[in-house]
Amino acid sequence: MLESLSNRLQGIFSGLRGKGRLTEDDINDAMREIRMALLEADVNFKVVKSFVARTKERCLDAEVLDSLTPAQNVVKIVLDELTELLGRTDSKLVLSSRIPNVIMLVGLQGSGKTTAAAKLAWRLKQENHAPLLVACDVYRPAAADQLETLGGEIGVRVYRGDGQDPVRIATEGVQDAIDNLRDVVIVDTAGRLHVDEAMMEEAEAIKAAVKPDQILMVVDAMTGQDVVNVAAAFAERVDFDGVIMSKMDGDARGGGALSIKEVTGKPIKFISSGEKPDSLEEFHPDRMAKRILGMGDMVSLIESAVKVQQEEIEQEQAERMMRANLNLNDFIEMNRQIRKMGGIAKLVSALPGGDKAMAAGQVDEGALDHMEVIINSMTKAERERPELLNGSRRARIAAGAGVTVPEVNQLVKKFNETKKMMKRFMPAAEEMAGGKRGKKGKKGRRRRMGLPGGMSMADLRKLQDMMGE
Amino acid sequence: MGLFDRISEGLARSRDRFKEQMNVLLDRGPDLDEGFWDGLEETLILSDIGGGAACEIVEGLRDTAVRKALPDAYAVLDLLNDRIAETFATGGEGVLSGGPAVVLFVGINGTGKTTTVGKLAKEVTDEGRTVLLGSADTFRAAAIEQLEAWAARSGVEVVTRERGSDPASVCYDTLERAEAQGADLVLIDTAGRLHTSADLMRELEKVVGVVRKRSKLPVFTVLVIDATTGQNGLSQAREFDRALDLDGVIVTKLDGTAKGGIALAVSHELGLPVLKIGVGEGLDDLKDFDAHDFARALVGDFDERG
Repeated sequence: MLESLSNRLQGIFSGLRGKGRLTEDDINDAMREIRMALLEADVNFKVVKSFVARTKERCLDAEVLDSLTPAQNVVKIVLDELTELLGRTDSKLVLSSRIPNVIMLVGLQGSGKTTAAAKLAWRLKQENHAPLLVACDVYRPAAADQLETLGGEIGVRVYRGDGQDPVRIATEGVQDAIDNLRDVVIVDTAGRLHVDEAMMEEAEAIKAAVKPDQILMVVDAMTGQDVVNVAAAFAERVDFDGVIMSKMDGDARGGGALSIKEVTGKPIKFISSGEKPDSLEEFHPDRMAKRILGMGDMVSLIESAVKVQQEEIEQEQAERMMRANLNLNDFIEMNRQIRKMGGIAKLVSALPGGDKAMAAGQVDEGALDHMEVIINSMTKAERERPELLNGSRRARIAAGAGVTVPEVNQLVKKFNETKKMMKRFMPAAEEMAGGKRGKKGKKGRRRRMGLPGGMSMADLRKLQDMMGE
Repeated sequence: MGLFDRISEGLARSRDRFKEQMNVLLDRGPDLDEGFWDGLEETLILSDIGGGAACEIVEGLRDTAVRKALPDAYAVLDLLNDRIAETFATGGEGVLSGGPAVVLFVGINGTGKTTTVGKLAKEVTDEGRTVLLGSADTFRAAAIEQLEAWAARSGVEVVTRERGSDPASVCYDTLERAEAQGADLVLIDTAGRLHTSADLMRELEKVVGVVRKRSKLPVFTVLVIDATTGQNGLSQAREFDRALDLDGVIVTKLDGTAKGGIALAVSHELGLPVLKIGVGEGLDDLKDFDAHDFARALVGDFDERG
């Protein structure tokens, strides 16, 4: 369904793109299609209605229709309005200064509260907080056991109390946090159908008893049209601060959950996608808008693509270094990596004793750049096989780079020395990489062996000496 | 208490809301104007039956209204009632109330599989049949304890293994025990999983495969779906059906404000009968399903209209 929907939307847009000029009828057709697409994505009917009305109005603007690329403008407006719908800015979890901070989770049955509680605890733990989980769901059989098991897996203390009175458990939980020096308390409440008056009163009572700093509502991404009623009821009774969307790893588009922002004005703070405790991510409205429109989450995609590409390059490079088969491309790559990490100065100063060396003026920042200029004047073949460099080639390179031939000679000499040095300390590095295999080697990747990986300060100094003189 | 009353009771809330909306429609007068059709479409969409299906139903009714020269909105709503009821697939009597059988409950996380198994165990035991439960949800924390708690409430036996063990082996044990005891009905709870998770779906295929191979009784697979689920429910049902060849659907959590329109879509598109509906948290809150009653309870019946 996801694919067909995404195709459909792309179909709408490409249909528009095929036209040089757009008429009002074209826009009307497109809006009808978009309306249907959004409804299939479970966006609330009323939200869709006002969304389509707004978008249509903007699209029918004379400037859009008469522009050179009307279709693109329409796509942009839709994306724009959708982002608006989801919230302009990212909404992060901000803890107040009170200790212990209390975060209360509410939501329907089966929405994933208990799992979300554990994930949130894990996340807070990563951020150097000491969370405490409090199990206030005394109704579902074994709910507290579930929380205790999850807490045990992530190494977070769980307070269960007597398993009878949720309000008392919550209050005691906060006291337990104080006694055990925990700075964040996460209260997992019983799931409810919002029509359940008794349960709602209990949530209010817990709220009144522990005065939570944050109340987060957990919403299943697969929920349909009814979700806005549920959210409105929760907003009225317990006035939550934000939403955690769960089960985002399925193919649900989460349209229902996304309508919450429009209906209640409460932002989505996290999306939860998976069974593992580390699968709670911050929510980015703009990226989600693209996902709904089937445009793909380009930013995330690019981010990961870049990461992968880098890993590939590094792996290749590391392997070449392992064989001590360095070429001049590696030199450039090393230089770039150093620059990415903030330049050689930052790199050196981050190493033990580095600051001293910097102060003593032993480090020449420009040396690497200078080298790169010379290498850039070489042909591909020359970079890969430096032994090709004869007298006439060196003269050509010197002219191209605007340096003298001795400078090119010096570079080649430095390169050969580095290569020799690599050969010397690579066996040691190989051993080290072998030791790490258990963890990294499984994925077929080797630990990066370039700078600053396997080098000690002495090695770096040596390299630096060779380069800077 | 008649069948209709029992369902009505559970669906009262859903029905009230639906009727409320229908009344708003009807207050516009019985004329079949644009406003009426738009309103009808909106009401249907809000019940989660899906934009496409709602559109189709409204267009169909519109045609019929013109052809048959239907006088007013009431006549159209009558037709609607029948149409909804007809759209549900029929059959499935042999799954839970037929002869001895093994039934596996599958679905995504949090739809109420374990709870449904617990309630069914009670209902079937009350009918005098011998029931054995199998807890093949060895993944979720405390799923086994939850099922054990349910089993204790209805006084039936449950076969378990420690958490993290192979679900297929639990099923095997369950079947062996069932044969030894001569159990009538074996209900197996499986771990919830998203239909998009290829690995977990394969695991489930294996579990069901083992059961089908080992069992001497007929084996059925039943999808448990949450009434609050939106259009994604269709995608869930499709995937589970493709992997396991489902025999029926159980809709849970119909006691909320959600109307469970997705059940209609699933039942219609995949030809799966709705076997039971869950209308509450009590031990007795699993009701029989009847398409006409469901439709009537959803739309509201005639007498109460005026």
